[in-house]
Amino acid sequence: MIFGWMLASPAERRVLGAPPLRGPTPWVIAIMTFSMMLVAAAGLALSNTAATVTRGVEARYSVQIPDGRRGFEPALQAVRSSPGVTSAEGVPEAEMRRLLERWLGPVGTSDDLPVPAMVTFNIRPGADPGAIERRVQAVSPGARLIAHRESLGPLVRSLKALQWLALTLVLLLGGAAAAAVVLAARGALDTHRFTIEVMHGIGATDLQITRLFERKIAFDALAGSLIGGTVAALVLALLAASASFAGELTGGASLSPADLVLLALVPVALTVLSTWVARTAVLAALRQTL
Amino acid sequence: MLRDLDFRLAKGGFYFLTGPSGAGKTSLLKLLYLAQRPTRGRIRLFGEELTDAERELLPPFRRRIGVVFQDFRLIRHLSAFDNVALPLRVAGSREEEVEGPVREMLAWVGLADRASARPPTLSGGEQQRVAIARAVISRPELLVADEPTGNVDADMAKRLIHLFTALNQLGTTVVVATHDVGLISATAGAQMIRLESGSIVDRTGALRNPPAGPGAP
Repeated sequence: MIFGWMLASPAERRVLGAPPLRGPTPWVIAIMTFSMMLVAAAGLALSNTAATVTRGVEARYSVQIPDGRRGFEPALQAVRSSPGVTSAEGVPEAEMRRLLERWLGPVGTSDDLPVPAMVTFNIRPGADPGAIERRVQAVSPGARLIAHRESLGPLVRSLKALQWLALTLVLLLGGAAAAAVVLAARGALDTHRFTIEVMHGIGATDLQITRLFERKIAFDALAGSLIGGTVAALVLALLAASASFAGELTGGASLSPADLVLLALVPVALTVLSTWVARTAVLAALRQTL
Repeated sequence: MLRDLDFRLAKGGFYFLTGPSGAGKTSLLKLLYLAQRPTRGRIRLFGEELTDAERELLPPFRRRIGVVFQDFRLIRHLSAFDNVALPLRVAGSREEEVEGPVREMLAWVGLADRASARPPTLSGGEQQRVAIARAVISRPELLVADEPTGNVDADMAKRLIHLFTALNQLGTTVVVATHDVGLISATAGAQMIRLESGSIVDRTGALRNPPAGPGAP
């Protein structure tokens, strides 16, 4: 039975004396789990945001017409009649001026300031934006095609960098948790050195002794993971409910059911990692003895 | 430091290990109960060459040895019952197989009513008896005891030596390190190994040709 070692008899549980869930280990694991889940949630939300932004602009283009309203109508018709264009509309001059006003102040609304006209359109997958640009340039020389994907490229790249940063942080936190477990295992070995000597003396195998420690640390890790995971879930739920985390700020991106499953696996993974690390550390230490 | 030791213990023999303090009695016992490896020389135990045996191979041999440590080596947070039961549990006995023999053994050493007491609450003599009960509970083939009667009164010492003798008669090889000359003279059929400055003083050569049994343990 794989988890048979977890079901220790009361006599076995008494050998190490101190009951489980004493000492700092469960709390260290709880803090690590809490941090890992929040960072992982942020990373997943960023990933979803990047995907949403990318999806939204993938097929969206603009044509800038330098001679303003004069070339606007022919350019709009040229776009609409191009193969592969699914929708096209002009950006009203007032809206363009409002945009300029943000950068230039009141002068942006002045009629003396020439404002280029703009047509935005969506294309079907496989459509050739270059051909569309050439058709527009035929009726409005100097017209320039802008792929929204390119103008939003820095934002998407930043989101992806943050996503990698989140993954790195999750891995670092996992490593820190493993290091904390190694320290806890070594501390426990020091505390119980006498018991280990006696156990070895009466013929206990390394595996029998290791299981005592492995079980204790597994329970500590499980308790810590559950505490940290529960608190993290509550915090995420509160953030989601206030729509400040998964709502407007992320452009509507939220955590999918698959993301939630991944997050739920964090405490499980940390418990398994802690147990394995404890087992490895204890076995390695016991091998130094006779 | 031990040097130039060359002797055999006969299976089923009863040996007293004597000598002045610092002669190497405890070191020799440690070699016997596989708590130390010799820096040179060979050790054969139970017919197996164990000098350089892989450490993973040692536990089964250790289970065949009962040890009474001079400092008792009882686990402080375990009751007398649990301390005595430890060898049986390590050997894989089920709980229902543990209860009877442990109670019987505690009664034999006069501690039936102290089964749930923890070592710090027991007197030195009581701790020593718990240590002896733990050493003999699994009917070891080799019993090694370091000053086992050092903390008990004369009556209890006699009783414990009777226990060792009874085990010996059942086939257990017994090696007892002691300064108690009275104990040695009161044990019929026992041989004496005298250590001085790390060497065996055995002018008769009897230990190389042990008379007590057919083979070495």
